[in-house]
Amino acid sequence: MTVSGADIARVFRAEHGRAVSVLIRALGDIDLAEDAVQDAFTVAVERWPRDGMPPSPAGWIITTARRRAIDRLRREATREARHTEALALYAAEENTAATQEGPVKDERLRLVFTCCHPALSREAQIALTLRLLGGLTTPEIAHAFLVPESTMAQRIVRAKSKIRSAGIPYRVPRDEDLPARLASVLSVLYLVFTEGHTATAGADLGRPDLAAEAIRLTRVLVELMPDEPEATGLLALMLLTEARRAARTDAAGELVVLAEQDRSLWDRALVDEGQALVRRCLRRGAPGPYQLQAAINAVHTDASTAAETDWSQVVALYDHLLRLAPTDVVRLNRAVAVAELDGPQAALALLDGLDLDGYVAFHVVRAELLGRLARWPESATEWDRAAGLSDNEPESRHLLARAAGAAARTGDRR
Amino acid sequence: MKTYLISLFSPDGPPPEDLDLTKVMADLEVVNADIRAAGGWVFAGGLADQASATTIRRSRDGVADAVLTDGPFAEAKEHLGGLTILRSDDYDVVLGWAERIAGATGLPVEVRPFQGEGDPGQAPTDL
Repeated sequence: MTVSGADIARVFRAEHGRAVSVLIRALGDIDLAEDAVQDAFTVAVERWPRDGMPPSPAGWIITTARRRAIDRLRREATREARHTEALALYAAEENTAATQEGPVKDERLRLVFTCCHPALSREAQIALTLRLLGGLTTPEIAHAFLVPESTMAQRIVRAKSKIRSAGIPYRVPRDEDLPARLASVLSVLYLVFTEGHTATAGADLGRPDLAAEAIRLTRVLVELMPDEPEATGLLALMLLTEARRAARTDAAGELVVLAEQDRSLWDRALVDEGQALVRRCLRRGAPGPYQLQAAINAVHTDASTAAETDWSQVVALYDHLLRLAPTDVVRLNRAVAVAELDGPQAALALLDGLDLDGYVAFHVVRAELLGRLARWPESATEWDRAAGLSDNEPESRHLLARAAGAAARTGDRR
Repeated sequence: MKTYLISLFSPDGPPPEDLDLTKVMADLEVVNADIRAAGGWVFAGGLADQASATTIRRSRDGVADAVLTDGPFAEAKEHLGGLTILRSDDYDVVLGWAERIAGATGLPVEVRPFQGEGDPGQAPTDL
């Protein structure tokens, strides 16, 4: 079977995190490791089409990259230290030569925690995670976040340089730091996913590639940390959300809200997998915010029509979530479920005092509840406000249409 | 081993009336003792009021006289109030100490590595 350039690129992306993480450990430097993997790619483009794909691509990439790094260090060995480094590597290489394409030690967990170290800004954490663990190129990341390439390149350079000069460690955190540090990793992955689900701005509702990437990386994390129920919970949350993608837009690319979605378009396999994961992690009896949000989504995906949704179950889960994460956003989401149980008036009262002015979803919920109470002028104002706050074009068009709809009914009697 | 500077930033003016300075100093001393025990101690100290600062400017050729200005380099609401210099090969441990210093004083704290590692100017001096 012939190996195409696209095949090689795909394998390199899939194995990038594994290869780079092993090489960072061996070389003690992120840039050297990345360059070495890039060199290995050049060799693969030359050889794989001729010799075929190696039996263990990850092993091949690491072995080749390590050899290239040794060559590079020797070439650049103007200082004694560099030469010593190359020799040390060479020794390490000789020792592993026998198993060179065998099972590869997985160093990706160290890499994840370094990329998401709290001393780095959230933006830097996201960029590094996608770049080093995900194998995305700088232009791809820049494009995904609608940032100029030069800005993204500078962000990555700056983050790597901080890792080097501050001495951000390359390791899995100690047990006492692990919960906080894992939370940081999970929020990075979830932010990547939500940007893929509903983009902050642009002509498309979401960016399926980015959502898929977040799911892939979260799968890796769950594989590496099978005993962390929140990691599993996050994966379940992503799968259950992603399952609805095809139903979220109509043929014209316009947004379709949950209650109006054609549920036969939901991806059954993702729903099943997500629900199984929810059950599996909740059984461990250590519920956390991601597990509970996943459970809420599991309730939604359990209902074959919107009307069949078990809203009391949803409210109960939000009550639980509120105890763990007492934020106004959770209170807002809970109010949406309360509206289905106790009516719009009760829900509207729950929104008083929430400090969420300027948050799109807050104005959407107010608009919807006011509409149900036939308070059309107020409803139209809220829809308008929400539309003005959204830079996502399909979302903003949808909101403007709702605003127009509410305005048209302004003369209606309550 | 890397050398780090932990800077403390204080608001202008005298400390608030209700601040128990004795307790703050005692809490800081506990952190300092831990830094010493870990072998990372270089130096720590609090600075006098920023009104006591003198800023000096002089061009690099050294021909022109130095210009002395009464006051700090940057006029700001918060200024450098104290510093700790320490050495460690574990950044997370350094961040942990910095968190404790911030907690003991209630002041924002900045952690910054010194350049390089083999610089003789960075040799630890036990005072």
